[in-house]
Amino acid sequence: MAAEKMALAKAINESLRRALDADPKVLIMGEDVGKLGGVFRVTDGLQKDFGESRVIDTPLAESGIVGTAIGLALRGYRPVVEIQFDGFVFPAYDQIVTQLAKMHARSLGKVKLPVVVRIPYGGGIGAVEHHSESPEALFAHVAGLKVVSPSNASDAYWMMQQAIQSDDPVIYFEPKRRYWDKGEVDPEAIPAPLHKAQVVREGTDLTLAAYGPMVKLCHEVAAAAAEEGRSLEVLDLRSVSPIDFDSIQASVEKTRRLVVVHEAPVFFGSGAEIAARITERCFYHLEAPVLRVGGYHAPYPPARLEEAYLPDLDRVLDAVDRSLAY
Amino acid sequence: MTVESTAARTPRRSAGSKAGATGAKKSTGANARKNAGTELVQLLTPEGKRVKNAEYDKYVAGITSEELRGLYRDMVLTRRFDAEATALQRQGELGLWASLLGQEAAQIGSGRALNDDDYVFPTYREHGVAWCRGVDPTNLLGMFRGVNNGGWDPNSNNFHLYTIVIGSQTLHATGYAMGVAKDGADSAVIAYFGDGASSQGDVAESFTFSAVYNAPVVFFCQNNQWAISEPTEKQTRVPLYQRAQGFGFPGVRVDGNDVLACLAVTKWALERARAGEGPTLVEAFTYRMGAHTTSDDPTRYRGDEERLAWEAKDPILRLRRFLEAANHADEGFFAELEAESEALGKRVREAVRAMPDPDHFAIFENVYADGHALVDEERAQFAAYQASFADVEGV
Repeated sequence: MAAEKMALAKAINESLRRALDADPKVLIMGEDVGKLGGVFRVTDGLQKDFGESRVIDTPLAESGIVGTAIGLALRGYRPVVEIQFDGFVFPAYDQIVTQLAKMHARSLGKVKLPVVVRIPYGGGIGAVEHHSESPEALFAHVAGLKVVSPSNASDAYWMMQQAIQSDDPVIYFEPKRRYWDKGEVDPEAIPAPLHKAQVVREGTDLTLAAYGPMVKLCHEVAAAAAEEGRSLEVLDLRSVSPIDFDSIQASVEKTRRLVVVHEAPVFFGSGAEIAARITERCFYHLEAPVLRVGGYHAPYPPARLEEAYLPDLDRVLDAVDRSLAY
Repeated sequence: MTVESTAARTPRRSAGSKAGATGAKKSTGANARKNAGTELVQLLTPEGKRVKNAEYDKYVAGITSEELRGLYRDMVLTRRFDAEATALQRQGELGLWASLLGQEAAQIGSGRALNDDDYVFPTYREHGVAWCRGVDPTNLLGMFRGVNNGGWDPNSNNFHLYTIVIGSQTLHATGYAMGVAKDGADSAVIAYFGDGASSQGDVAESFTFSAVYNAPVVFFCQNNQWAISEPTEKQTRVPLYQRAQGFGFPGVRVDGNDVLACLAVTKWALERARAGEGPTLVEAFTYRMGAHTTSDDPTRYRGDEERLAWEAKDPILRLRRFLEAANHADEGFFAELEAESEALGKRVREAVRAMPDPDHFAIFENVYADGHALVDEERAQFAAYQASFADVEGV
């Protein structure tokens, strides 16, 4: 495969295809991942090419999907399981938190759990309840799990390669509203480390930190702010556990202001942890408190209300103004 | 539901067997009454008489005197180890112990049915199965002493770590068995769980997955009649083994206090698995003679009458009666075993007392296989904090 422009969903598909090709132990499991290719077509064509034994349509039971993936991993397989939507992961939450996250430690390092849990997440697609949530903090809080979320096609491709190669369980959050955004994917490239944040736009006045679907928004915010003479730096965190605090610190020591943006509720969200740690690390550099923009402490609203719920250009710009006003 | 934390309770002597104290038919438990039908596979009566069974006799047909003595030895040593562990808890050496008293036949019978390359997924009470797999008994005690959460390499003996959350391991067993099938291997997997776990969604899901994928797994349910304080009728309205039918695979109820029957039925189920015939549910009908754990107080929810009825069906006693009646063992064997038992108790006692507390930095070990920046940072902070006391102590 030569370098080409492709949609984020297609990039994950190509990455899964490459992994299936390279390692016979890699398996795809989930609801409708076979003939249908998944409800978002991320696994399109994989069962046709790799067979039902490796691309497995499962019963509709999320705990069963993750629980059996754990057993397969103990047998030496590297399962990549799909949870159809963010709000459907909770039946599997016990297996993920109680077993998947802790079994390596429980075994004193004797067993490894190379399981990737793919979760399309976030809103903005006009869906019904349970199809638009952002539960990443609930997983980042659990030791033993790694949590990542790509924002673009190239990262989606490479971070999936790295997640599958990881000997630790990785929760891979896919920004579903960016599935059809295209970007260049070069399969010969040398990728950045999985958990390293990247400065995707340089600036001097304030740092916007985001991941997944909010990175694109932050680009738009930075462009709008630039028209008003503000130079914003955009940091794509890429990983929510671990979080690359060194990169955030380096950026904040330069810009002295930080706004964290995520769709997940602000309360106890990843932004809260970032704010606390960056305050500790950069206390004498900060010109303003770390501000957060995100969802509210309310159930994800019906589709006709989600524009009001989700962070958008104006809400982030408002936070930028508030930060710069200090 | 988890094993509860340690709370000191009045010591309760391990219940021994009382030969013929009560007739077996006078059992008081509602489930015991259900049991009195043709549905129970039994090869040895509580009186130690061998009864014929057209379907399952062949699985123990060639059994030698030596093998029979071996089963007896396994059960006696397991019970001795279990009693020692209970005593060690009372002495403060262990934080908690989950006794298997009364379930020796279910565990040794099923455990000895396994081949070396079969794989076991236990709950936290499978001390007899661990024994059959060659896991050193002292290794089981680390987690109950609180020095680790699982002190053995699961792949050394194909015996997975104890799983405390009820029923979760049935899915791991199913997934593992799916892998066995993918590998084209001819081994089988066995998942242990109890009557309480049978209510868990994970157990139902494991039945569904294993049936759909025809996974080579045996679900071995020890129905010991009590999930802490809740009797089996709080878990089910049908005999548990009948649940298998609804999932599309066979279920069998075996006398869980009959080591020969447990051996035979488990062998049959494992052979089905190895032959590609899919999952089987075995319900071993047995009794938890002791408390749920050392923190439990069964006098609050059940009476002596029921326990006495089950003591008359004691698994060890009935095999002894059979061995003696059929001249499979002499006095010398029993005397030697007694000495071996005491030696095991002593070895376990000494090993536990000598078990050191782990180094503080073990907190940060094996959290991840590939490392994690936050763990590294917190380990360094912890080290600096610990080191800050060095100066004070030096003064």
